[in-house]
Amino acid sequence: MKLETISPVHDYLRIHKKFPTVWCSGCGIGSVMHAIIRAIHELEINKNSVALVSGIGCSSRMPIYLDFNTLHTTHGRALPFATGIKMVRPDMKVIVVSGDGDALAIGGNHFIHACRRNIDISLILINNYIYGMTGGQVSPTTPLESYAHTAPYGNIDPSFDAVKLATAAGATYVARGTNYHIVQTSKLIKKSLEHKGFSMVEVISQCPVLYGRLNNMKLPTTMLEWQRDHGVNIKAWDKLPEEKRAGKFPIGEFLDDTSRPEYTDSYYKMSKEVREEAANGEE
Amino acid sequence: MPNKNEIKGTPAFIQGNEAVVEAALAAGCSFFGGYPITPSSEIAEGCAEKLPLVGGVYIQLEDEIASMASIIGASLAGAKSMTATSGPGFSLMQENLGFAYIAEVPCVIINVMRGGPSTGLPTKLSQSDVMQARFGTHGDYTPIVIAPSNVQEVYDLTIHAFNCSEMFNTPVVVLLDELLGHMREKIIIPDEQDIYIQNRRYPSVPPEFYKPHDITPDLVSEFVAYGEGYRHNITGLTHDEQGFPTSKPAEVQKMLKKLRRKIHAHRKEIIQYDEDFMDDALYAVISYGSSARAAMSAVRMARARGIRVGLLKLKTLWPFPGKRVHQIASEVKGIVVAEMNMGQMIREVDRYAMGQCKVKGALRYDGLVIEPDEIYEKIVELRTKK
Ligand SMILES: Cc1ncc(C[n+]2csc(CCOP(=O)(O)OP(=O)(O)O)c2C)c(N)n1
Ligand code: SF4
Repeated sequence: MKLETISPVHDYLRIHKKFPTVWCSGCGIGSVMHAIIRAIHELEINKNSVALVSGIGCSSRMPIYLDFNTLHTTHGRALPFATGIKMVRPDMKVIVVSGDGDALAIGGNHFIHACRRNIDISLILINNYIYGMTGGQVSPTTPLESYAHTAPYGNIDPSFDAVKLATAAGATYVARGTNYHIVQTSKLIKKSLEHKGFSMVEVISQCPVLYGRLNNMKLPTTMLEWQRDHGVNIKAWDKLPEEKRAGKFPIGEFLDDTSRPEYTDSYYKMSKEVREEAANGEE
Repeated sequence: MPNKNEIKGTPAFIQGNEAVVEAALAAGCSFFGGYPITPSSEIAEGCAEKLPLVGGVYIQLEDEIASMASIIGASLAGAKSMTATSGPGFSLMQENLGFAYIAEVPCVIINVMRGGPSTGLPTKLSQSDVMQARFGTHGDYTPIVIAPSNVQEVYDLTIHAFNCSEMFNTPVVVLLDELLGHMREKIIIPDEQDIYIQNRRYPSVPPEFYKPHDITPDLVSEFVAYGEGYRHNITGLTHDEQGFPTSKPAEVQKMLKKLRRKIHAHRKEIIQYDEDFMDDALYAVISYGSSARAAMSAVRMARARGIRVGLLKLKTLWPFPGKRVHQIASEVKGIVVAEMNMGQMIREVDRYAMGQCKVKGALRYDGLVIEPDEIYEKIVELRTKK
């Protein structure tokens, strides 16, 4: 069977090896994977030069299915693994996929430090507001009063805003999309891949089986409608009066800063200079 | 190993921690990722100075979890990589160290031991991480752990560590202690052409046939870096030979057996120990690391007083030279195990002695260096007490 000919997307999948995926039907992770593939395809990036790294979680299973140099690491640690790759091979396109628990709870320290260094890695943070892989526990992005298996009386933990966190920590490209607005999301991912420096694209994604079921949104379509009704484009958001913002969130591009030096550039520039100095005996 | 007198090269008067840096560079290490901690920090500082000068990478991470992760990433991207730490950092590294075992990633971890548990004794002497180095991360695995006892050995065995890691696609842990890390000794740095360097095996097959965990006749898989057109998968999940997750019982067992057998089948190439005065010995001292220095003095003291005692100095701790210890136990009346902890290696010695002779510990765990007298007394006790 020559599935490869059906769509350009299939060229990027390990079709004969690893399908079907572990994801539940109606899960949003597949469309994020599709959006990433589209972005790479449109940018004509050679598959051999892409390293796709992830931690542990439903979303972190993605590398298994994709025909790149793939690395499925430990929970929360994808960014420092990716940092090792990028430092040795600055010419490679290094992408990290992470869940909200993976990136913001156990991996929170790595997240802020990768932002701070402004190392040229693209982080695609798939935020489904819950721990999917382990069966629906509360995560650092679970909204207040939402239900999870470890928040049976409603969540009292305040949540992180990944966009604000990344911006404050020093990322230089920061955006947010949703699975409902998937075409826009793919464009944001494409821009993040073109950006030189640390980029973070948060994608609000549906987990109908756990977050949805526990929060009165059993159907994937209900969750997509929720994304449509709560994700407000940044321009409209800026004009939205405070009282109308409650429960909603802005989507789009928040930061695209090319003024700060990229980390591998700084490192290799320094290394080149000290080698030249040593060769000239100026020390 | 050539005899010390035969080594040609450049003399140097350096610290153990500096010798690690020199040896790593000689072995081809081009990536260091770490987080400062006493008494290992001179290794990071040396790498920060020297790696940029040879086009390598030095990076200080946010913690030891990230340090361990970064050296694995760097190795998968093609670099020989290393980190250095001490107890608290070694504890933080355990999860990702396990990743390197299961994913078969060559890398070197230097642990300049301090006393523990917890923050313990940052600036004092201890050898209490011997069992952590063997069993620290969860699951079944077979580690290679190396323990030099003087600065020359720090140099030589750091190179051995890199060679073993490259040869067997596995992390290798080198245990130093505060004394070795900071003590200065004269060593001979061998000429470049006299240093044996092992590099990972490049695939002999095109990408469509490549299996990163292939079970070859000698059990060692070929290793290709990312970005070379092979586009393989590496995971910390139990995996098949192709590197894809599996939980099929037969494949699970096959993978675990391979991890063990690739080390066991090659233990003769890995294990190193020195024997002194063992030919006619009625008693033996077994020791390693800094303790072995005192053990050597104790053996000389005993010999001077006519006691026929010999020394087995372990230069590699794991895999354990069980056969040799078993044989020694059958030939002597008693064994003293000298170490600076509450009794770690003595368990393994006891296990292989199998009751053939008495086994006694000369143990010190107050942060001070073990003295030859303490070991000598234990030898005497072995002779006199029933
Ligand atoms: C050190 C460690 N702690 C806990 C776990 C268990 N665990 C696996 S995935 C996960 C959370 C997954 O949630 P998230 O990162 O949001 O990803 P999702 O599954 O929702 O995509 C946890 C807690 C683990 N694998 N490792
Ligand atoms: S549990 Fe949720 S996030 Fe995980 S695969 Fe199922 S729907 Fe997707």
